[in-house]
Amino acid sequence: MPTLPIWKALHMPEMMRYAQAVNHALRLLMSADERVFMAGEDIGVYGGAFGVTDGLLDTFGERRVRDTPISEEVIAGLAVGAAITGMRPIVEMQFADFVVNAMDPIVNQAAKLHFMYGGNVEVPMVIRLPGGGGTGAAAQHSQSLEAWFAHVPGLKVVAPATAQDAHDLLIASVADPNPVMVFEHKLLYKEEGPVEVRHTTEPVVQLGEAIVRRSGDDLTIVAYSIMTVRALEAAERLEDSGISAEVVDLRSLRPLDIETVRASVRRTGRLLVTHEAPAAVGVGAEVVAGVVESDALDHLLAPVSRVCGLPIPMPYAKALETATIPQVDDVERAAKELMNA
Amino acid sequence: MRFTGALTSPRMRQILTPSGALVDEAPMDDALASRLYRAMVFARTYDRKSMALQKQGRLATYAPFEGQEAAQAGSAAALEVDDWMVGTYRDAAAMWMQAYPMELLFAGRTGHEHGGRVPEHVNVLPPSITVGGHMVHAVGLAWAERLQGSSRIALTYFGDGATSEGDFHEAMNMAAVQKVGTVFVCQNNGWAISLPTAEQTATETIAEKAIAYGMPGVRVDGNDVFAVYAATREAVGRARSGEGPTLIEAVTYRMGPHTTADDPGRYRSEADREEWVRRDPIERLRVYLSERGRWDEDWQMRIEEQASSEVERAIVLAESLRAPEPEEMFGAMFAEIPPHLAEQLAEAKAAP
Repeated sequence: MPTLPIWKALHMPEMMRYAQAVNHALRLLMSADERVFMAGEDIGVYGGAFGVTDGLLDTFGERRVRDTPISEEVIAGLAVGAAITGMRPIVEMQFADFVVNAMDPIVNQAAKLHFMYGGNVEVPMVIRLPGGGGTGAAAQHSQSLEAWFAHVPGLKVVAPATAQDAHDLLIASVADPNPVMVFEHKLLYKEEGPVEVRHTTEPVVQLGEAIVRRSGDDLTIVAYSIMTVRALEAAERLEDSGISAEVVDLRSLRPLDIETVRASVRRTGRLLVTHEAPAAVGVGAEVVAGVVESDALDHLLAPVSRVCGLPIPMPYAKALETATIPQVDDVERAAKELMNA
Repeated sequence: MRFTGALTSPRMRQILTPSGALVDEAPMDDALASRLYRAMVFARTYDRKSMALQKQGRLATYAPFEGQEAAQAGSAAALEVDDWMVGTYRDAAAMWMQAYPMELLFAGRTGHEHGGRVPEHVNVLPPSITVGGHMVHAVGLAWAERLQGSSRIALTYFGDGATSEGDFHEAMNMAAVQKVGTVFVCQNNGWAISLPTAEQTATETIAEKAIAYGMPGVRVDGNDVFAVYAATREAVGRARSGEGPTLIEAVTYRMGPHTTADDPGRYRSEADREEWVRRDPIERLRVYLSERGRWDEDWQMRIEEQASSEVERAIVLAESLRAPEPEEMFGAMFAEIPPHLAEQLAEAKAAP
């Protein structure tokens, strides 16, 4: 076989949508490992409610890409059973909201079986959950429920913000021997970004690694999922006002890379946490606690600030939906208040 | 006494064939048949108008029910005006027949929460958006009526897909073992988004699932308003007299997409749909009424005009509702506004 010249062998990132990046990762994972299979509602013939699994049925056949009845409990439950036998199920909740029908197999089973079986059994399963608001899908199709799962010992939770991370974190989640909840964001599916498509299933990112998306000196904005995108836009605007904001994208909520946040706060002295889910008992509270439980507390120059979704069900009316979800303006305004505090 | 069902798939009951011929005794007089015909014309007008409005961006995502008018009209007509109805996002025709105002149906689909504010004395819950989650509510409604010594019953609509949810099992079992006055009406329209009924369940019919719960299961031609009415009237009678629930499977077809966000061309053939055009629920009743001298072109034109003007009236009313203000979001969260929301409300009011 001829050797590829180096300029051809080195991979170039290509621009692709977040949904395509997930699709590519699924293709890689399915091709690389016979143990990987998929199940979910309308994921086969239809290609998924958001087109994420488009074409996978044609490539891998219905033995491995299985359309299921509308039965979230057994979709999650079959993943638990299959994972115990050593398979690597990737199952989908059509909307993250539907996971409430599947809480028992996830919370009472998947999360606990490794512990309850004395460490003898592993449950390497992945659940993909399209979550979040902004699509006009109203109260029962727009929630951000990730904090529920981050609260349960035994589960890992990731929430990618970029197409590259959607690709890489899915690969890392399937490689992980524990149950992992992957919260994708419905509004991000159409967002384009550069993606270096991986060709091996060796994870490039580990679960539990935050990333500094933008460096700054005046304040630290901690975000994940779509709020990372909004935080970065707010940071651009803040720069115009002479405020240098650092943006930390958590990427993984459990495990949580609090050290990266603490290190940033030690330098900037100000902390703003933002997520689409409501503030109360949420990930932001955990981040703040993680900071003040350390010596980073001594570096704080101002009270911390949270910019989160309003504590109400997602309204159907567009104007109210927008008002419920934190926008770039909200982050920008809160950051300025923090600078003046 | 316990219900003991036969362990065979029930055959499909039909009274009015697709060509409009009676193969059994008509369960209603001509006056009621004419009323139901007109109601179905209203329903189809509402449905088609909704599809058009959605395309113009005046309604949010819409789930059409064209083809299922008889399944809804026939069953709703068997209820008393104060019986409970708990349906889905595809049951607007039935809800309207049970006095849910058309303007609220439209308002709900424009995204206005006012659409879910049911008027007093209307015993219809706003449409359930989750699949199957509302069936358990129907059990509770009927249960509460019995506790309060009333004879009101509850009828719940759901689709073939919902029978795969756990809620279906728990609602059916509880209602049967407690003899709760609930009527379970499954509109088996052949498709749950892209999944055909044959891949939804391994049983030949939905109706036979009733056997395992200890209640009667009836399978009817869902496009035959007479068969649906007769089966529902019987089930309502059982429920009201304390004999317990019934499962009715109305075999029908979703002529349109799952919702306006769907493209059925990706998973089903047009030929399938053509077959169901021949089984249209409205046309067969038209032929029947016409042969009995109860239908003519003039009347058709008159009721179509009535339907159009009622639909127009409802749209105008729905669109004249004041756009909801951010402050309104907080008022409907709890019975009273708790301190943390009062704070949010103050912030919202102060916001630029």
